[in-house]
Amino acid sequence: MLGIEDKGVLTAYLLCIASTILCIVYGLLNWNKGEEDIQPDDVKWAAEEKKVEEEL
Amino acid sequence: MLAQTVGALDIIVVLAYLLVVIYLGLLGYMRTKSATDYLIAGREVHPFVMAMSYGATFISTSAIVGFGGVAGLFGMNLLWLTFCNIFVGIFIAFVFLAPRARRMGHILDAHTFPEFLARRFESKFLQIFSGLVIFLFIPLYAAAVLIGGSQFIAVQFGVPYETALLVFSVIIAAYVVVGGLKGVMYSDALQGTIMFIGMLTLLVFTYKQVGGVTAGHEKLTAMAPLVPGKLQAIGHRGWTAMNPFGWGDIVYNLWWLVIPTITLGVGIGVLAQPQLVVRFMTVKSKRELNRAVLIGGIFILVMTGVAFVVGALSNVYFAEMGPRLKGRVVKVIDAEKKQAVMQLMSQNDAGEWTDVEGKMAPVLLDGEVVGNTSVDGQEVDVVQGGSISIVIAKGDSGKIIPTYIKTALPKWFGLLFLLTLLAAAMSTLSSQFHTVGTSVGRDMWEQFTGKHGHTMMVTRIGIIIGIIYAVLLSYYWQESTVIPRATAIFFGLCASAFLPAFIGALYWKRMTRQGAVWSALIGFVITALWLLLVKAKEAEAIGLVQKLTDGKTSILAGKPNWDWVDPICIAFPISIIVAIVVSLLTKPPSQEHLNKCFKGD
Repeated sequence: MLGIEDKGVLTAYLLCIASTILCIVYGLLNWNKGEEDIQPDDVKWAAEEKKVEEEL
Repeated sequence: MLAQTVGALDIIVVLAYLLVVIYLGLLGYMRTKSATDYLIAGREVHPFVMAMSYGATFISTSAIVGFGGVAGLFGMNLLWLTFCNIFVGIFIAFVFLAPRARRMGHILDAHTFPEFLARRFESKFLQIFSGLVIFLFIPLYAAAVLIGGSQFIAVQFGVPYETALLVFSVIIAAYVVVGGLKGVMYSDALQGTIMFIGMLTLLVFTYKQVGGVTAGHEKLTAMAPLVPGKLQAIGHRGWTAMNPFGWGDIVYNLWWLVIPTITLGVGIGVLAQPQLVVRFMTVKSKRELNRAVLIGGIFILVMTGVAFVVGALSNVYFAEMGPRLKGRVVKVIDAEKKQAVMQLMSQNDAGEWTDVEGKMAPVLLDGEVVGNTSVDGQEVDVVQGGSISIVIAKGDSGKIIPTYIKTALPKWFGLLFLLTLLAAAMSTLSSQFHTVGTSVGRDMWEQFTGKHGHTMMVTRIGIIIGIIYAVLLSYYWQESTVIPRATAIFFGLCASAFLPAFIGALYWKRMTRQGAVWSALIGFVITALWLLLVKAKEAEAIGLVQKLTDGKTSILAGKPNWDWVDPICIAFPISIIVAIVVSLLTKPPSQEHLNKCFKGD
């Protein structure tokens, strides 16, 4: 198949494509899921992170 | 002088590109468009930007030039690493680790990876220790990235490696100083996009050159007998075949290099990469991470998948269409397939052919006689043919991809690819130096002194030391075979020292401070000792073991496979066991602390 006889390498080749498809399908199915409101922790973290960035 | 060797157009294109990146950086800076600002403003970064920026940070010249070259040498079995990059580095990381790391990081107000571990396990020591390990070892990985870029420039423009390194380092240092450290996602995303286009074009070109997907693979499979004897002896069975697996014979050496060191070390080590873990915290919600899975998966396939396939297929190109080598046949491997071993020869001004001493090469013969000479009184034909990638790259696997691009692809592509590599290097290096800076300033200095004063100065000094250290390593090593090794050492070290503690932090409430500290310490110490004393390539380079054992390259030299085993095979499992056993034997963390860490679960 695909000119690759060795099963180990062929499996790797196909798994690369399969895992990309998995990522695509997962991304599409969950495209609008997982929205979270911003918590005070998040804002506090972001403000401190900005300071860290500024120090650089 | 530079303009003469490199060409004015090349310089203009590179400068124009750099100006765009700097402009985007400044624009982002002035309009405060870093990920943090989005979060403060309660808005979200576009998932495309998030994924591209993560991908550009993840993938560097080390992956493309270094590991692409390894695929040119060892073959497509490296695609197992691409599979790990996508499945572990994207899917597992984004779906299972990132949402928790983000939530917990925000609750604990952690801004570096060591700080995250330290606050989760209430251990100042863990922060200082992890900061020190990162500060000492991340420049190894940064050097791998620098060497990869410099080698490409050197080959592409025919300038000495030192000149290439100098120019490349100046560009990177300027970028880092101008604002590459600010986490401005738009310039990262632009770089990711350039990388994507560059690699996709490379794939299409290559498959076209070798006659298509199936035909190209078939040709590569048929070239298996051309594998040099030295590589066959350690288990190389061709560029489309797995290496034999087993123990106790040198024929299994290659399997132990390709699967545990490269695939496992780099494939799993990515989960505990300090510079990537912090990226998870900059997103607004799980939704962004879900969306980034889609884009990230495709991006990584096009990066490492293409680099490895092209690296392997470059053998077909070089054998069929690459530079022609001339010489006399000393051994016919397969007369029908025109495969032979050739003693290389050169012709002097008088037209006489003489052997190039010690230069033999496996070749695919053209079937043309280009001259004749006499050997031991017998008349023999001088013939010509193409050889495999590693021969054309003069034994340096890191030069395979640059040489392939220079010889096989149009000049304009060389330029596009240079931008691809510059982009890949800049985005990775800036985040590496960012991490070096925070390790020194926030994780070590602030924890040691217990105060915030002078942090900015210490951080900057840390970055400067980190850059100089990485450039010096790149100057000292030069040889690009070091690229995958240095990368694998850093990734493997991260896995063994930090991964059990990181996963435990996210998923195992019973894990204790002592469990985390001992797991990190043991993981680090075993890795260091193994590299110093057992793993032959590294131990030999460090040199301590030769002094201790009267010149042996490993304390287990002569016992097949042991000196090829990667530290991750020993250190990672022991680090996991230590994490579990010590945690179970020590007092669990307080319920109050756990409630805080896992709030909202």
